[in-house]
Amino acid sequence: MGADRAILLIVLLPAAGAVLNGLLPLFWPQLRRSEALIGTIGTAVIAVPFVLAVTLFLQGFSEPEVVPFYTWMGAGDFSVSVAYRIDHLSLIMTLVVTGVGALIHLYSIGYMHGDRSFWKFFAYLNLFIFMMLNLVLADNLLVLFLGWEGVGLCSYLLIGFWYEDFKNSAAATKAFVMNRIGDFAFLLAMFILVREVGSLSFSAIFAGADQMSAGTLNAVVLLLFIGATGKSAQIPLFTWLPDAMAGPTPVSALIHAATMVTSGLYLLARMSSVVLMAPAVMAAIAVTGAVTALVAATIAIAQTDIKRVLAYSTVSQLGFMFMASGVGAFFVAIFHVVTHAFFKACLFLGSGSVIHGMHHVERKLRHEGYNGAFDPQDMRTMGGLKRFMPQTRLTYMIATLAISGIPLTAGFFSKDEILFKAFEFGYDGHAFAWFVWAVGIGTALLTAFYMTRSYMLTFEGTSRWPRAAAVHPHESPWTITGPLMVLASLSLAGGFIGLPKLAEKLGLSNWIHSYLASHGPVAEIAATAHVSTGMEIGLILLGSLVAVGGVWWAWRFFARHELAGDGHIRVRFGGLYRWWKRSYFWDEFYGKVAVKPVIDGAEKALAPLDSAVVDGLVNAVARMALRTSSMVRHLQTGVVQAYALAIVLGVVVLIALMAG
Amino acid sequence: MEVALSWYLTLSAVLFVIGVAGVLFRSNLIVILMSVELMLNAANVALVALSQSMGEVSGQVLVFFVMSVAAAEAAIGLAIVIAIFRNKLTVDINNINLFKW
Repeated sequence: MGADRAILLIVLLPAAGAVLNGLLPLFWPQLRRSEALIGTIGTAVIAVPFVLAVTLFLQGFSEPEVVPFYTWMGAGDFSVSVAYRIDHLSLIMTLVVTGVGALIHLYSIGYMHGDRSFWKFFAYLNLFIFMMLNLVLADNLLVLFLGWEGVGLCSYLLIGFWYEDFKNSAAATKAFVMNRIGDFAFLLAMFILVREVGSLSFSAIFAGADQMSAGTLNAVVLLLFIGATGKSAQIPLFTWLPDAMAGPTPVSALIHAATMVTSGLYLLARMSSVVLMAPAVMAAIAVTGAVTALVAATIAIAQTDIKRVLAYSTVSQLGFMFMASGVGAFFVAIFHVVTHAFFKACLFLGSGSVIHGMHHVERKLRHEGYNGAFDPQDMRTMGGLKRFMPQTRLTYMIATLAISGIPLTAGFFSKDEILFKAFEFGYDGHAFAWFVWAVGIGTALLTAFYMTRSYMLTFEGTSRWPRAAAVHPHESPWTITGPLMVLASLSLAGGFIGLPKLAEKLGLSNWIHSYLASHGPVAEIAATAHVSTGMEIGLILLGSLVAVGGVWWAWRFFARHELAGDGHIRVRFGGLYRWWKRSYFWDEFYGKVAVKPVIDGAEKALAPLDSAVVDGLVNAVARMALRTSSMVRHLQTGVVQAYALAIVLGVVVLIALMAG
Repeated sequence: MEVALSWYLTLSAVLFVIGVAGVLFRSNLIVILMSVELMLNAANVALVALSQSMGEVSGQVLVFFVMSVAAAEAAIGLAIVIAIFRNKLTVDINNINLFKW
């Protein structure tokens, strides 16, 4: 099969799945209950593209291949075609999206079992994969933007999936509105590019970039970066992501951890040769990433909802990826995207399995007449789950170790590479990179701490839910644990695609570097000053020490104190802890600065204008029509002969005129 | 004695005016219908006379169309009159004036 046929199938199969799962049950309600059929179709249309992507990957190709399908729009010199571009970068992203996506679809069959809108869920998920593939395979910015908006729409639909609860639909709206801000910047960047380059296709942009003035270039890259902060939840637009956890857990795993939120990084990596020409903006990218990583990591320490911990952890890890992009190591950012997709999807799906079990506990408690409050996502009422959910516990622990960066796990390689690149960039004479590196080391320690905390509070210690002696959760079905096992194995082994530079001494090369950067489409900075081998060993040791130390420290701490450990931290940090607990009051800040003024302004200034001027005009037109017609309607006497007389007189007049 | 074309046309005009007057001023629906027939037949007389004098056959063909239209119109018109009569027990047009302001 040729690459063009394969790409067509990869893109269109998920769309076909969305149509089948969305339309057939809509018009044929009996189908809605056949979960097996819907789940099989939904998973198959993602699994087959994954197999196709693997064959494309195994075929291998050195030159990027552009597959045009048709001209979307053409006006004068400007034309945009729906064309897909298959090269090393888009292929890696396609593999992650379809691979992790297929696992999460499989998981959803078990997780969403019995939901009233099972079919709708799979239709949305398939639509999401279709849009995400449009995003990563696009050959020009406009098709990429189509996918970008499409995944935003699916994110909105899926966050508000249980829309009967107002809280959920509010979270969906928040995500949608905050993403709009970033998308607006993205649009502005495209407008500038159309004016300066006259085309939106990547090859034309790369060719025309060096003719742009430095100011324009900086503006374009900065606007693209602002677009990326919206989609990838960076300061200042990150507050939507924790609220997005209102959606079902597979959605959090697929959209808000593994794929959609990394599209900002993909955008920067795709545009890397342009980004590299704007060093000032790169510094802003790296510093934003570093600050976001630190802020989110501290917030994560104080959260008690298992999914919110993971959400802030995602924000923090995305911050790490932006650090890598900011120091010119885009391929490392993509490397971390890949490994993060493995372990964070594993963590989210694990938390989903836990929530599944705790729902079971809640149902039993209610059945036995327990009437108190019970939140199945609250870690304070978990604990000791390792006895009841051994497979979930094992996979969650592996993923925790991986995200903490314990040596030889996936997270170790990618995070260490990021820190190394930041260090190297600082060594190369960029002062800001030292700051980024230092913050990165600190955040790595915090990451190990808060992730181990979430593991300890959930799986170790005593069971803290009501009547824990009598009521037990149970392990989830294979459709849930199967994907967990696969993802946990990948979290263990996935890092070996990106060995550190040190491995060259052993005759091993960094595969992902050569695949993406030296033989691929991702540009990188040529370092002038090289870090010595001794220093590199020292850095790796430091990274390992931080990870192992953080995990060991948190393990000891929470094994001894369990839930009381949170109290100890609160006492130790005092006011600072309150800031962490309340997410640094970002939401309150935005509420005061943006939301309230807009609502007040609308109510006080625009509402009177609306009712007086706009409504007034409409009412005046209506009143005029009423008055005129009340005068004219008296002509309608209802006497047919009067009408006939009018006709006859009219004919007579006409004839007289013609004769005259 | 040769009958001149103007005689026929005069007859046609007189018949037509009688028809118009009937439609406009009589109040019985059936008489109005008959007056409409009269107007149609006035047109027929004019058509036949002109066709004869101009040696053109298409005028006479047109008359057949007019006659079939007249037949259809009479059938439908009478059906409507009967329907109205069943509802209102009158065929006086002054009592049938629902469509007024």
